[in-house]
Amino acid sequence: MPAVLYIVLLVGVPFALSIAYSFSDVTIGDQSIDFVGLETYERVVDNPVFQTSLVNNFRFTLFSQVLVTTLSIILALALAQDFPGKWFFRFLILLPWVTPIALGTVGWLYMLDTIYSPFDYVLRELGFLANVEGKGGFVRGLTDSLQSLGLVESDTALKLNCQVRGEREVCFFNMQWLGQDQTALGSVIAVHVWRMLPLSTVIVLAGLTSIPKDIRDAVAVDGVGHLRAFFEVTLPLIAPITGIATLFGLIYTFTDVTVIAVLTKGNPANETQVLPYWAYLKGIQGTNLAEGAAIALFMFPFLLVIAVLVLRFISRREVT
Amino acid sequence: MSVVETKALVKRFGDVVAVNSIDLRIEEGEFLVLLGPSGSGKTSLLRMVAGLEKPSDGQILIGGKDVTFMPPRARNLSMVFQSYALYPHMNVFRNISFPLKAEGLPYEERKKKVEWAASIFGIEHLLHRKPRQLSGGQRQRVALARAVVREPGVFLLDEPLSNLDAQLRATARDEIKQFQRRIGTTTIYVTHDQVEAMGMGDRIAVMHLGNMHQLGTPQELYREPADTFVATFLGSPPMNLVKKDSCIIGFHPEHFLPEDVLHPETATFSFAFEVTRVEYLGADRFLYGMVQGAEGPTRIISKVPSLVTLNFEAGRKYTFVVQESDLKYFDHASGKRIPPLPFTTVEPTAQAVVS
Repeated sequence: MPAVLYIVLLVGVPFALSIAYSFSDVTIGDQSIDFVGLETYERVVDNPVFQTSLVNNFRFTLFSQVLVTTLSIILALALAQDFPGKWFFRFLILLPWVTPIALGTVGWLYMLDTIYSPFDYVLRELGFLANVEGKGGFVRGLTDSLQSLGLVESDTALKLNCQVRGEREVCFFNMQWLGQDQTALGSVIAVHVWRMLPLSTVIVLAGLTSIPKDIRDAVAVDGVGHLRAFFEVTLPLIAPITGIATLFGLIYTFTDVTVIAVLTKGNPANETQVLPYWAYLKGIQGTNLAEGAAIALFMFPFLLVIAVLVLRFISRREVT
Repeated sequence: MSVVETKALVKRFGDVVAVNSIDLRIEEGEFLVLLGPSGSGKTSLLRMVAGLEKPSDGQILIGGKDVTFMPPRARNLSMVFQSYALYPHMNVFRNISFPLKAEGLPYEERKKKVEWAASIFGIEHLLHRKPRQLSGGQRQRVALARAVVREPGVFLLDEPLSNLDAQLRATARDEIKQFQRRIGTTTIYVTHDQVEAMGMGDRIAVMHLGNMHQLGTPQELYREPADTFVATFLGSPPMNLVKKDSCIIGFHPEHFLPEDVLHPETATFSFAFEVTRVEYLGADRFLYGMVQGAEGPTRIISKVPSLVTLNFEAGRKYTFVVQESDLKYFDHASGKRIPPLPFTTVEPTAQAVVS
């Protein structure tokens, strides 16, 4: 009973309220709920940011979840092996999860800084970034020597930080990870993957260790190679638990704002804008509660589909 | 088909010696049973032969080839596990054909072999079921079929019957023995059940705490146990042991009979047997009771066949006898078998009756 009460009060009431808001013209300044039909929805959909956010929301969610699932399986397989110092590595892997995520992300904000980013430093030292003199660095040195041998055309050195703008090629001194269209979403996804990986790895690891020892021995005696053993036995056996972890990850990522709020706030020019953060910007910062509610409700169908999938998954998979 | 040899094979887990320098030679086509209680090292020994466990010391040869450091798949053997270890997500057909896939056989050939293996164990009609849809006995057959299908040089069976109910176990025992005879593959069978061991083994290796106590045919083990451990581990009920002043004497329950019914061919040895409980089992009666040993009363059992119609009551004393030829003598300290001692020095208080 308390659980039902809890869900009704903390989930049901806000949900009903947000539906009511979305059909009205409520703002923080005028909290009377006046019914305006679909007008709020029309306004939201007509906003060009809506489409960007919607697409980004899916890109952000799907790319990071594909990466998280793939990497967590690889990581879990590695951690399931017996090697000295295993507990220490497991501890390291779990660290991002136990770090308060806002703090961890602030750390990344410095790592991806426009001027002092350590990544840029490494890239510059290697010669991947064009610098003022156009000299130095391992890659540049390499292309210089290849050039002197006549093996490559001149000026083929990799310049990650240059873009063609119209007729001109513009080079920044830094990568500006969070400031450029091409790298901003990638950076956000990478940090989100860093953050989600530990939990997923632990879940997959639990799945791996729950495979009976006899089954693993049988695979060894049956004499199949490692790849076949993985794809035909290990993967199918961890599929249910990995599937659940992935579905939960999808729901979590789809509605998550932390990484985006700390790193980019949706910038540059809404290139990393997603629905939940946009809803916050419109509804809370922009005081237009009705639009905020309408935006947030656009996520509902997707979440519903995933939730139904989770429930079906759980009820279908009875243990052998 | 291969000869399997272990030479001074040792397995240590930390300070514990699980397998202590075992020399064993399993002949071509032989059915060898490793028998022992849990913790005796029999499973560790089997797993080392399989290549699932690395030996701490010693050598393993299969078909004359040193395979000590080879992975399981290089040893051309197959194994049946106690839990059967069927792949739960594959149907029976895929389970059986899995080892063949590893060999890279084309589908048509795999299909033929799977059907052949399935027909040996009468499971052709189950090929499309998943393991969870099978009964315990059917799972066990699938596991056996999967082991047979590759026609390996050596079969390893790790307590394959212990998850079956008693009735099924008897039939399965018979089936395994028969099919092993038919295909003649060298087989190592691990069990803690001496009835299984006696019924199936060409030879039995009795193990305890990592040591091999005796290796021999079921008859040898039963008639001439090498020590008190083997004597008490085999037979149901096991051999009676009674401490005497200079040694331990042992005799099987079925050789310990009422004075009136035994027609001895040699000298006999008699006890005052105080019956405490009578168990009626149809073909036999088990009489549980006490005799006087060197260190006080000792519990022993008599197995009286139903041909003997005498009446026994709990709480009464009867005179029971054993033929001298049925007595085994063991050393007090080591438990090892020793040659028969002169009669009178063994039992000064017993009445030696010469017929």
